[in-house]
Amino acid sequence: MIDQFVQVINDFARYIIPLLLVGIPFYGLVVKKIKVYELFVEGAKDGFTIAIRIIPYLVAILVAIGMFRASGALDLVLAGLSPLLSLIGFPTENLPLALMRPLSGSGSLGLLTDLVNTHGPDSLYAKIGATMFGSTETTFYVLAVYFGSVGILRSRHAIVAGLIADTVGILSAVYICRFLLS
Amino acid sequence: MFISVVVGALTGRIDAVTEAAIDMAKTAVEIAIGLIGIMALWLGTMKIAEKSGLITIIAKGLRPITVRLFPDVPEDHPAIGSIVLNMAANILGLGNAATPLGLKAMEELQQINPNKDTATNAMCTFLAINTSSVQLILPATVVGLMGTYASEIFITTIIATSMSTIAAIIAVKGLEKLKRFQIETENRQ
Repeated sequence: MIDQFVQVINDFARYIIPLLLVGIPFYGLVVKKIKVYELFVEGAKDGFTIAIRIIPYLVAILVAIGMFRASGALDLVLAGLSPLLSLIGFPTENLPLALMRPLSGSGSLGLLTDLVNTHGPDSLYAKIGATMFGSTETTFYVLAVYFGSVGILRSRHAIVAGLIADTVGILSAVYICRFLLS
Repeated sequence: MFISVVVGALTGRIDAVTEAAIDMAKTAVEIAIGLIGIMALWLGTMKIAEKSGLITIIAKGLRPITVRLFPDVPEDHPAIGSIVLNMAANILGLGNAATPLGLKAMEELQQINPNKDTATNAMCTFLAINTSSVQLILPATVVGLMGTYASEIFITTIIATSMSTIAAIIAVKGLEKLKRFQIETENRQ
C-alpha cells in the first residue's frame, strides 16, 4: 500500500516542473493576454545578477568548511562526541553524516552512499541515515547564499535556530526509525 | 579557519588543508555560475506568474498561516508570494526551483528592512523554516540509493521533517525575543 502511494507521489513529482513551465506562460498568454516573452526576459535578467552577487559569500563559507573537513578537525569532534552520544542511544555509525549534513550537501550524500554500501539499504543505519538526509538541510550553505544575496552581514538568531531545527530533525530520525523500523 | 590550520599542522594534513581551500574557492564559483541558467529560467517564469496574478491567488489562500509566521511583513507585500512559492517548491522536493524563489523572497524582504546589514525577524523565520526542510517528496538521490526500501523512509522522513520544522518555528520565535539577538537600535532615530 505504502509502496504504491510513494510511487504515485514520486511519479506525480516528475510532472510538476514541465507542467509549471508550460502552464504558467499558457495561463498568462491565453487567459490574461499579457506579453509573456517580454516578461520572461525581464525576470530572467535578475538570475544573472543574483548568481554573481552570492559568489564572495559562497567562497568564504565553502573554503572555511572545506578546510575544516580536510584538516581532520571534524574527525576530532567526532571522536570527542561519540562516548556522549552512545549514552543517549545515538548510533556512532550515523554520527559523521549528522555532523556533515549542515555543512555540505555533496559531502553528506557521499557519507550516506557509504553507509548504504557498507551496511546495505535494509540496515537500520542506512534507514536512519536516509531519514536524516531527507529531513534536514545544508544550513550553513543556505544561510550563506540567502543572506549573501542581499548583503546581510549580521544574521542574528538564524544560525542558532537553524541548528536547533537540524538537531531535532537528526534526533527524531534516529528515534523514529528505531521505533518504527527495528 | 584558524582551528583548521592548527589541527591540519598537528595532524600533518596541512597540504590537504591548502588544497581544500583552493578547491572549494573554485567550487563556489562553479556553483554560482551553474545557478545562472536555472535562476534565469525560474525567475523569468515567476515574472509571468506574478504579472498574471497567479502568485496573488496562492498567497491569499495561505494568508492565515503567513500572517502568523511573518507578522512584520505587510499582508499584500510581494515577499509573501515568493516565500509561499519557495515553501511549496521545497515541499514538492523541487530544489532547483526553490533556490531562485527563496533568493527573490530575500530581496523583497530586504526592501522593507530598515538596517540593510542586519537580518530582520521575518528573514530569520523564513530561513529557519527553509533549513528545516519541509519535504513531502524524497530527494531523487535518496530514492536511487535506497531502492525498494525508499518507501519505509518516506514515512519516517515526513515525521522527522515535521518535528524539525516545528522546532524551527518555536526556536526562531523564542530566540528573536532574547536580548542578545535584538537589533541594535542606537543608530536609528
